[in-house]
Amino acid sequence: MIAFLLRRIATFLATLAIASVVIFAALELLPGDPAQIMLGIDAPPDALEALQKKLGVDRPVVERYFTWIGGLVVGDMGESFTYVMPVSDLIMTRLGVTLPLALLAALISVVIGVPVGLYAAANHKTPRDYGVMIFGQLGIAIPNFWFAILLVLVFSIYLGWFPAGGFPGWDAGFWPAIKALILPAFSLAIVEAAIFARISRSAVLDVLREDFVRTARAKGLSRKSTLVKHVLRNAMIPIITICGLELSSLLVGTIVIEQVFNIPGLGRLVFQSLTQLDLMVVKNLIMLLVALVVFINLVVDLLYAVIDPRLKHQGH
Amino acid sequence: MLQVKNLNVTLAGATRDISIVKDVSFELDAGRSLGVVGESGSGKSMTALALMGLLPGAIRASGSINLAGQELLALSEQEMCSVRGNKVAMIFQEPMTSLNPVQTIGRQVAEPLILHKGMTRAAARQEAIRLLDRVGIPDAARRLDVYPHQLSGGQRQRVMIAIALSCSPKVLVADEPTTALDVTVQRQILDLLRELVSETRMALIIISHDLGVIGEMVDEMLVMYGGNVVERGQADKVFAQPAHPYTSRLLEAIPRFGMSRSERLKTIPGTMPEIGSEMKSCIFAGRCDLVCADCLQAPPPFVSVDDAHVAACIKAGRVMETVQ
Ligand SMILES: Nc1ncnc2c1ncn2[C@@H]1O[C@H](COP(=O)(O)OP(=O)(O)OP(=O)(O)O)[C@@H](O)[C@H]1O
Ligand code: SF4
Ligand SMILES: [Mg+2]
Repeated sequence: MIAFLLRRIATFLATLAIASVVIFAALELLPGDPAQIMLGIDAPPDALEALQKKLGVDRPVVERYFTWIGGLVVGDMGESFTYVMPVSDLIMTRLGVTLPLALLAALISVVIGVPVGLYAAANHKTPRDYGVMIFGQLGIAIPNFWFAILLVLVFSIYLGWFPAGGFPGWDAGFWPAIKALILPAFSLAIVEAAIFARISRSAVLDVLREDFVRTARAKGLSRKSTLVKHVLRNAMIPIITICGLELSSLLVGTIVIEQVFNIPGLGRLVFQSLTQLDLMVVKNLIMLLVALVVFINLVVDLLYAVIDPRLKHQGH
Repeated sequence: MLQVKNLNVTLAGATRDISIVKDVSFELDAGRSLGVVGESGSGKSMTALALMGLLPGAIRASGSINLAGQELLALSEQEMCSVRGNKVAMIFQEPMTSLNPVQTIGRQVAEPLILHKGMTRAAARQEAIRLLDRVGIPDAARRLDVYPHQLSGGQRQRVMIAIALSCSPKVLVADEPTTALDVTVQRQILDLLRELVSETRMALIIISHDLGVIGEMVDEMLVMYGGNVVERGQADKVFAQPAHPYTSRLLEAIPRFGMSRSERLKTIPGTMPEIGSEMKSCIFAGRCDLVCADCLQAPPPFVSVDDAHVAACIKAGRVMETVQ
């Protein structure tokens, strides 16, 4: 188990190191001078010179790379020239909006999607199963911004239960903040829930075909007990894989949804810093997103080992 | 103790019902064993699953399965759950996949005890140690907490036997319990089953496509062909004097020491008629050396050749003479 853990963590760190080199190199390889790119062609020469100094473009590449990494380790990501504040502060405030949004969406999609999938599998080849599959198909086919518009129409414009957009900030209190995230979270979650329903259904159906299910029934367990005691845990393996992938894609999904709901999160920051060529922000933001995705995968791998004893003993 | 009468297994099709097993009848007393042999697809597993009430999909059983006075086919699914694993238990062909990979051996052996005998977890665990020890798992107390993938195929089959034995069933059904194992392990598992039968007085139904494997260890024999029983009788009698041409062909096909490879692999020429096909003649007619005009008129009735030794062949009893 320890060896397994160490191996996974080593992989995690190695992936991060490679990603950082790739991100750094990609920005280095941009033609021209980063300060020039950020400020535009007709920037005043003194502003250009000041930024060049700040970015340290005169220093060797390797040194700049390690200065960046060294900064990252202690949480110093440099300064954004468009927002005129430390990038780390900027990202942290935005993360404080996006992470709860993504987690809320993930929670909603799992809580809806997995039980619906199990229900469909338990009623395999009956009208209930087909009904679930049709709704699942619809949920996947319709883009989430369309759901966003629909939800806003019904729940904020028509019923007035939730704000149509914007985010009051956590300072405004827990409930007002959460309330502002509910509709965006649901618009993100509907597609994911449909995917979860499909995956859980097929995961359960796959496990139901396994020989040990017949053994459980031969012991005298009812269909339902067999499902709960023997099938679910085995079906969790593919479901958790998808959880990891979905959480990563939710982070990306926030870019669109935050735009639709006018929420000042990471997604909006990605969008804005890219259009404004704020390379300092772009570089660190991409690094952070990569780190989040790789971290999610690490957690998924560790969960596998908790669920499936065969992985723990691998290599013993 | 176990009486099976006219057991039919049918698949309800869209246009018509397809018969998978036809009119299987036999009786089995406590402490006795029955071998069921036949080619692949002859309906052995379906017969076994019918006994367990575990037929898959739209496949249904009819007729009568009477276990110690209880008619199993009349039971509801819920009632059948209290019979399975308790009064009738089953082990399967694939020990590698028949155990739950994410549960410890101990839990899996203890489960039926908790379910049927109402034991506490601790008591069931204690009993599981005894059972694992009985089926020959070395160092049973420590093995309780290992997972199936940490055991060999033979050991896993022993665990399956421990699970099946846990509630002291009246009948144990073993569907090709050794087919997936190598030869030496095969012998050990069969010996274990034989010991357990004489020790616990349970009845054993053991299925195999290989007459040689079970021929010597069972009391009675049921030979199946295309979903039909073609011969039934005391095992030694069937062995010594097969009454049905199909049985005698099966006996010839048993590989024996000293045979050449081509002889060893000799199988019966021809193919079994597709299951569900309506038979107006003897079901074996297409592959039978002794076929004559009478065989094609109607399916032959059971002909008695000896005490409780019957075969569905108009030439039953004369088979040996005619072949030689
Ligand atoms: N799930 C199913 N649905 C429909 N038909 C089935 C199903 N399973 C088996 N059958 C059919 O039932 C017939 C009998 O199958 P069965 O499994 O009892 O054969 P068997 O004698 O056990 O053969 P084997 O030695 O290969 O295990 C086969 O012809 C098969 O095609
Ligand atoms: S009845 Fe005829 S065809 Fe059928 S097994 Fe006997 S001899 Fe062969
Ligand atoms: Mg079979």
